[in-house]
Amino acid sequence: MLTADHFARLGLARIHDAVLAGERLSVEDGARLFACNDMNAVGALAHHARTRLNGDKAYYVLNRHVNYTNICVNGCLFCAFQKEKAEQPGAYRLSVDDIVGKISDHDGMPFNEIHIVGGCHPTLPLSFFEESIRKVKAAFPSIVVKAFTAVEIAHFAHLEGITTLEVLIRLKAAGLEMMPGGGAEIFAPAVREQICPRKSTADEWLRVHGEAHSLGISTNCSILFGHIESIEDRLDHLDRLRRQQDISGGFTCCIPLPFLTENSLLKLPAERYGEHNGLDKLKTIALCRLMLDNIPHIKSYWVMLGVKTAQTALYFGADDLDGTIVEEKIGHDAGAQSDQAMTTVQLDEMIRRSGFTPVRRDAFYNPVQSGASACGCAGKGGAA
Amino acid sequence: MMSGSAFNENPAVIAVAEKVLRAERIDFAEARVLYEQASLFTLGSLAHAVRLRKHPDTIVTYVADRNINYSNICVCACRFCAFFCPPEKAEEQGGYVITREELGRKIEETIALGGTQILMQGGHHPDLRLEWYEDMIRWIKETYPSIHVHAFSPPEIVFFAELEGLMVKEVIARLRAAGLDSIPGGGAEILVDEVRSKVSPNKCSASRWLAVMEEAHYQDLRTTATMMFGHEETHLHRIEHLFAVREVQDRTGGFTAFIPWTFQPGNTNIKVTPEPAPGYLRVLALSRIVLDNVDNIQASWVTMGPEIAQLALYYGANDFGSLMIEENVVAAAGVSFRLSRADIHKIVRAAGFEPRQRNMTYEFIDPQPEV
Repeated sequence: MLTADHFARLGLARIHDAVLAGERLSVEDGARLFACNDMNAVGALAHHARTRLNGDKAYYVLNRHVNYTNICVNGCLFCAFQKEKAEQPGAYRLSVDDIVGKISDHDGMPFNEIHIVGGCHPTLPLSFFEESIRKVKAAFPSIVVKAFTAVEIAHFAHLEGITTLEVLIRLKAAGLEMMPGGGAEIFAPAVREQICPRKSTADEWLRVHGEAHSLGISTNCSILFGHIESIEDRLDHLDRLRRQQDISGGFTCCIPLPFLTENSLLKLPAERYGEHNGLDKLKTIALCRLMLDNIPHIKSYWVMLGVKTAQTALYFGADDLDGTIVEEKIGHDAGAQSDQAMTTVQLDEMIRRSGFTPVRRDAFYNPVQSGASACGCAGKGGAA
Repeated sequence: MMSGSAFNENPAVIAVAEKVLRAERIDFAEARVLYEQASLFTLGSLAHAVRLRKHPDTIVTYVADRNINYSNICVCACRFCAFFCPPEKAEEQGGYVITREELGRKIEETIALGGTQILMQGGHHPDLRLEWYEDMIRWIKETYPSIHVHAFSPPEIVFFAELEGLMVKEVIARLRAAGLDSIPGGGAEILVDEVRSKVSPNKCSASRWLAVMEEAHYQDLRTTATMMFGHEETHLHRIEHLFAVREVQDRTGGFTAFIPWTFQPGNTNIKVTPEPAPGYLRVLALSRIVLDNVDNIQASWVTMGPEIAQLALYYGANDFGSLMIEENVVAAAGVSFRLSRADIHKIVRAAGFEPRQRNMTYEFIDPQPEV
């Protein structure tokens, strides 16, 4: 049993006491937990922290993903989605009407969040994005627009010759309510230099999020792990997120993203390839929960993790499965094996049978009325 | 309740947990308390403690074998099965009976990959006589003397006995005389007749399944036992299954391993969502705790995938199952994971254990090249 003695034998007595008392763990504590092979001990601590923050709730959202272009000037090595030039086969850019059309062109299921991200396009002006958001908001007034990673914001600022704060002010005025957590990757400069040399630096990424928080735009954050980074790099990343959150307080959710090797140009050391990283994924999610004591939610992104690992991650600190995602492209281009969408009935049942209470949420984690009554389509995708 | 923190267990759970840690046997009611009320991590840590008591060396074993299905033609029509072909539709639905040539080729490939045994099962074919099976085993043993033949689950043996008008013990004796080495634990599904009558009404009863195994053990054939769960059984039926296996094992000691695995609903006549991974881990852990008289518990990467199977090594499993050079039945339900020997070694090592290839009786065999 997971008694205090058990943790003492693992050399984790102090960490055990700190987690039970709700005290902050140090980076050194994080390193000890990463080094611990006892998955039940690490998992139980993360689950305890998760239970204190989120009870037995497992959240999901009905959302739509729109990737407005795959043309990108950044050329990050790990990205299987981007095209360098518009002339390349498969390169595309949506028009404003396409974006609105993508969202309306669906089965009539009510949804609560639109997630719009794309490549750093060489010429699209800020006015294109302002217009996109205005038109989406006009078409779907009650839907939260969550759009543009900090990297895109920095890119818009660069193209326009204005500050990122000015970009954020203009997008907020157009209707931007929330920002996704992408583009954080790993903050350590030596790693960034190798995997995404042209992308925003860690400081810039964190500064943009701090600016968004100051404007009342809440944001998510992420960590891309399982490539060339070290455990120290992961902990450094979590520590920087935690310090930023202490200052600006606007992070809602952290999304641990396992690096998918299949279609990536980034070549890893041979020992990193294979099917053997399941425990590493769960442990990293657990460490996100344990280290990020000031960020309310941890996502178990089933599209990237696969359904079975995502279910299990609900016990390793995660409390949110994201949702029924239509047309997710980036993860699938990288080789994600999961289905493209789950119904709310499937999600509800999966969550219940995993031992949790399903909560359909909006972008801000407020519970929303389930689909059945809202759309009158009970039995066909409407949630019970 | 069961998703609660491991640090807030109720006194009933703590009392049973302490009993498990004192290496005392738990009864049905106590197993039920753990299964229904303990947190996932309490179950896991108890199961892992039991596992380490039985296998203090942190070795994880696996066998290299091939699932050969001698025929898919079957009169049972179990609702959970996506593999079978009814005899009257054999022509149009690809019904087959394996040829010697094909069987020989499959065994040679198995040997070439460092395999030591074949797991041979098939449908309940209405026209194949016992002599056909005897001849097949004799031929295998004469042609490939090193190959261990692990074949014919209890429902097949009961079916042979009924077809021939023989006693089960006569069928086992004849197959054994022909060269059968051990019996796989398939066809157990859930060993509760109330469930069997719904999901596999034409297959042998729970008591007959257990009786076949008991008889095999008396004739010195070792066997495994499986449990397929996550279809139409209740939680209590799962616990009943474990106790039915434990009771036979108390008398015979003949089960080498217990293998719980989850029903895969694709292409079958049972429409449910698959058992979630945490549910699998709970059952696996409970198996390790309840079956104090069975040496080995296997993880099922074939149904749960490599990541959950890796985690299963902390939920009571000390064996990674089989390299499984060929698998058809689960694949027919739309689930097909593939692992090489090198993959299995990597998975086991990354979890902090040392992989060792074994035979059916869990003796280590010489290290094989990692291809």
